[in-house]
Amino acid sequence: MIRLSRLLRPEQIRELSLVIIILLVILFFSSNIENYVSGRTFTRISTSIAIITVVAVGQALVILTRNIDLSVGSIVGFAAYFAGQQVSANQDLSPLVVVGIAVGFGALLGGINGFIVSYGRVPAIIVTLGMLAIYRGVLVDYAQAKTITTEMMPTWLIDLPRQNIISIGDVDVRVMVGLALGVMIIFQLCLSSLPFGRRLYAIGSNPDAARIAGLPARRIVLTAYILCGALSGLAGFMFLVRFGTITIAAGQGLELAAIGAVVVGGVNIFGGSGTMFGVLLGAVLIGTLEQSLLRTPQVSEFVRDALLGLFILLAVASDSVILNQLRNLWARWGRERALSAMLPTEKETTHAS
Amino acid sequence: MQVNLKWEVLKRWETLLAAVLFIVVVFNITQSPIFLRADNLTNLFSLHIEKIIIVLAMALIIINGEIDLSVASVMGLSACLIANLYEQGISIEIAMLCALGAGILCGIVSGFFVAYVGLPSLAVTLAGLIGYRGLAKMLIEDRSIGNFPEWFNRLGQQPLVGSLPLSLIIFFVLFIVVAVALHYAAFGRYVFVIGNNRESARYSGVRVRQVKMTLFIISGLVASLAGILIAARLGAVRASTAEGFELDIITIVLLGGVSVFGGKGTLVGVALSILVVLCLRNGMNLLSITGNTQSTVIGILLILSVLIPNLAQDFQSIWKRRRLNLRE
Repeated sequence: MIRLSRLLRPEQIRELSLVIIILLVILFFSSNIENYVSGRTFTRISTSIAIITVVAVGQALVILTRNIDLSVGSIVGFAAYFAGQQVSANQDLSPLVVVGIAVGFGALLGGINGFIVSYGRVPAIIVTLGMLAIYRGVLVDYAQAKTITTEMMPTWLIDLPRQNIISIGDVDVRVMVGLALGVMIIFQLCLSSLPFGRRLYAIGSNPDAARIAGLPARRIVLTAYILCGALSGLAGFMFLVRFGTITIAAGQGLELAAIGAVVVGGVNIFGGSGTMFGVLLGAVLIGTLEQSLLRTPQVSEFVRDALLGLFILLAVASDSVILNQLRNLWARWGRERALSAMLPTEKETTHAS
Repeated sequence: MQVNLKWEVLKRWETLLAAVLFIVVVFNITQSPIFLRADNLTNLFSLHIEKIIIVLAMALIIINGEIDLSVASVMGLSACLIANLYEQGISIEIAMLCALGAGILCGIVSGFFVAYVGLPSLAVTLAGLIGYRGLAKMLIEDRSIGNFPEWFNRLGQQPLVGSLPLSLIIFFVLFIVVAVALHYAAFGRYVFVIGNNRESARYSGVRVRQVKMTLFIISGLVASLAGILIAARLGAVRASTAEGFELDIITIVLLGGVSVFGGKGTLVGVALSILVVLCLRNGMNLLSITGNTQSTVIGILLILSVLIPNLAQDFQSIWKRRRLNLRE
């Protein structure tokens, strides 16, 4: 057991159990739905997960610093609408510029959140609950009940959702899915190896200590919010590409799915721990449930939100109860190991003297 | 000393709120002649009555240093439960009791996880926000259920005593109960003490867990009561009934000078901020400003109500430092 504890950390056990849950869910659905395990199912589920993943990665950056962003759904909707409007006005905008518009616009909105949170010292939940309403309200006034439709889009944008990076047999990996995976991997590397990532953990696990240790806490929290906004903007672009039609209600409720993915994926709601890989697993679990419930005749699709709430509660509860126990156990084993490694050497030294 | 006292009163948040309320009312009167008519004033309350009933419970919870994001979903769940049970042929009285029971159960669940397991209330009630709405959707799916008995609908709309409908009477009774409990009873002192410092409250022998549990049960019960009232007033229930109400509710509480970190706040301030928000919404309605712009205004108010005291504190400390420097 002690030897096993060197190979696996409590957090990894958590991610492992999440993988097992996902496999069980897939097993359940494959026994209920005909032709469930197929390339088409993979394509459908993976494209719907892509958007949640990108939003959830941004949300995770903010939650790691012991803050929260409830306004991401509104940012996604606004960025999608704004980018859609720009591209329909100028059909010959290059794809990169359109992505840039969406990302930049999202970053601006995220920056407003971050500025009020970090420099105005207003609790994140208050700021972003207000901004959830404000951004949506401004979008409604800005849009004046006009809807962006697929006919207004240039052809490259309409073709994009069906393009693949690779396809093996009938399993297609769409460009959007690749983009989401890329985002996840980049930010996972940031978290594990860049100073910026380590600082996010430091601030989240103890904001006061981080500040006293000389970290520019305000600036880092602001950066986390800007990145979260930028990723929401990117998700807005993906939303535009996937659906083509953007109403003023676009992206509504996405914040709950994203926070759900982050928390279920093992990021501590109080900040300081969690990985982007876990976030991806959380998004996969939620997306699989969402897409599969639509196709199960025996189970009503309306069960989804109730299940999501239950999963969040279980994730948070297991985090604080089971995971803490495991961590204590691991710490004790660690001490025992250190002791057993130390004792013989101590004997040797006393012998020698 | 006397000058100081007056200055203290002037600097209080409640005074600022009263001034804001005065400005809003004067503005409304000049903009619309209908504002002061009796039916409009009843309207002012009854259109948002369910929210302001929950505000009373939310104020207690936030003073206690917690938050309950699930209230709007509990409201929706209780409204949907009534509709679903009634549709199945169960009498509406029993359905109402079931809805209240469901509200208490929701409160027990949140209270258990917050007080006894020790989870952050933000996470627990966020799960409740999603999960209870999900249960409501399971009950009603995408239909709209109405056709309640005549007396049930009348309960929500028609005046009961004088020009006051039942919901308004419930509000005033609850307001007095909460005011007494918070400011003139031991329970209220416990709520404040725990909000100020949970640990020191525990070491002084306050039963922190029981108080928190009680508060969440009250919150669930009041939210389900509000759900019954909204079902009666609207006469039809959807799964999305009361969606997004938590924004208004939390805004009113924080605008009333209740500190989001707990331990600070008065019911006078909350009452004033209820009036400010209702008059603002009513004024905007009279000027035919749409619901979304109204939400924007409420959102801005929410942020400002926390931002302004913070900025004031900053300026005060800068001012003090400067004065000290001058003296030296």
